Amino acid sequence: MSLQVRDLDFRYGATPVLQGLGTEALPRGELAALVGPNGSGKSTLFRCAAGLLRPERGTVALDGHDLSQLSQRERARKVFYLAQDTGARVALSVFDIILLARKSLHRGYALAASPEDTRAVEAVIEELGLSAFASRDIATLSGGQRQLAAIGQALVREPDVLLLDEPTSALDVRRQLDVMATIREATRRRDIVTVVAIHDLSLAARFADRVLVMNAGRIAQAGAPAEVLAHEAVSETYAVGVHLEHSARGTLLVEPYIQVH
Amino acid sequence: MAATLPMPATATGDYRRRNARRLKLVLAGIVALAVALALDVSIGPGNLPLGDVLRTLVDPQSATPRLSVIVWDLRLPIALMAMAVGAMLGLSGAGMQTILANPLADPFTLGVSAAATVGASVAIVFGWSVIPGAGPFIVTVNAFVFALAASLVLFFMTKLRGVSAETMILVGIALLFTCNAITALLQYRSNEVQLTQIVFWTLGSLARASWEKVGVAALLIALALPFFLMRGWALTALRLGDERAESLGVRVDRLRLEILIATSLLAAVSVSFVGGIGFIGLVGPHIARLLVGEDQRFFLPTATIASAVLLSLASTVSKVITPGVIYPIGIITALIGVPFFISLVMSIRRRGV
Repeated sequence: MSLQVRDLDFRYGATPVLQGLGTEALPRGELAALVGPNGSGKSTLFRCAAGLLRPERGTVALDGHDLSQLSQRERARKVFYLAQDTGARVALSVFDIILLARKSLHRGYALAASPEDTRAVEAVIEELGLSAFASRDIATLSGGQRQLAAIGQALVREPDVLLLDEPTSALDVRRQLDVMATIREATRRRDIVTVVAIHDLSLAARFADRVLVMNAGRIAQAGAPAEVLAHEAVSETYAVGVHLEHSARGTLLVEPYIQVH
Repeated sequence: MAATLPMPATATGDYRRRNARRLKLVLAGIVALAVALALDVSIGPGNLPLGDVLRTLVDPQSATPRLSVIVWDLRLPIALMAMAVGAMLGLSGAGMQTILANPLADPFTLGVSAAATVGASVAIVFGWSVIPGAGPFIVTVNAFVFALAASLVLFFMTKLRGVSAETMILVGIALLFTCNAITALLQYRSNEVQLTQIVFWTLGSLARASWEKVGVAALLIALALPFFLMRGWALTALRLGDERAESLGVRVDRLRLEILIATSLLAAVSVSFVGGIGFIGLVGPHIARLLVGEDQRFFLPTATIASAVLLSLASTVSKVITPGVIYPIGIITALIGVPFFISLVMSIRRRGV
């Protein structure tokens, strides 16, 4: 049971972004980190996988079924793509936006929320530890709380695949750890496929079950964090040297450095 | 309330309480609307006692012919028109602000009103009717057709170029300036009588009210409000940004175009009926946002009602400034609307919302 991308081609106008991109099967219950330089096509890959962009060629398959066979609504039910936070200042509460995410799963024009819907929202709010903020406007929340509320929007839809675009950027160190731990928890408990685009290689090494290195529209290397990050593909992709070390606590630390010739 | 309907102290309970409060605000708005309407009907040249007016409304048979004519033929159509136009402008402005993600948008930002003025000017200066046989309604019909044509241009250019808020605003502003230039050209070519007519038309006046127009406007609101509300959840999702809305399965482009058509139709009808009345479509939705927030299920009806109340009050004000004189309402809304709007913006700034 897994998510697999094969031979994906996508271009914006004449500029190729994804060039025959394929991944190994990403199993359910595992957290994958997608790393790669700015502009390497991470967001484009996510948007193609979520069906928000139509690739010229290639398939995205969930548990062996080609997702392009589904209607956009069904696909949005299976795959949730959480774009980078734009910081929209809107007078809506945490409860409002999570309920909104739940309501937009169904067709139909019913204005009121069903008890099932509010129960699901309540459960997710509890799961994410947002109970104290549930009635606060999202405009008044800190970056970390906003990010958790957005993850709540994803989880309340009970997707099979969760694609998160830099969920930890702009968060302080404690919130980065909180958010990543929450994501890993939810991935295991719900047995879903989660892919997180992330810039911090140490954070990726620490929380991800596998790491995918993306470069120029392709997956350059993939596998267990310790192996992948030690691979020369990482140095080549970022044009840096990479030093790996286990801390006294046993955490894998990644130290990139600029090589002087 | 809390005693009869105990609600647990949960997030859901909180949400229900907030909804109940917002629903009460909507109902309070409807009561305010009724009061504003009664006030509007009871005030005017003729100094009729309030009791007589209300009695004439409740029991038309009992009234003298003079009273009956003043209340039923003169005051009531105008008062109802004020409400209906306010409602149309408010709903239109609220929809515009949501799809353009811009709290400063109003029905006239995108050139709908300017196009209507071109239509009216063409009728006044050349006597051309776009639809043959419009007869006495030539100015109204031309204004409507031109306003609708402007929205169609906007619609197709937006579709061609990509349905983003920026494209809509850019094309809309281009339309606005083009239409203003054409109107100026027509004014330059017109004689004094025609020029006066054009100027009076653009002022916006409820004196053009009639029972037929009230009926058309009421029907349009009755159709438009459910049309908007059916898209309430999707429109609320749009407030979180295009990308998030798309992730939630909202078809953003289609939604924007649907709402553009509806808002344009509302603006076109109101401007062709009574001319350009500014600021209502801007201020009404702002008040609604302060009262009930951005959940569009509550925001859209509240914006509609608040705008109707505002224009109804403006209609009353237009009659009491100089006894015996009814000023064109467009002047009143702009005069009162501007300071009101600025104070509103400043107070929001201070609270840091």
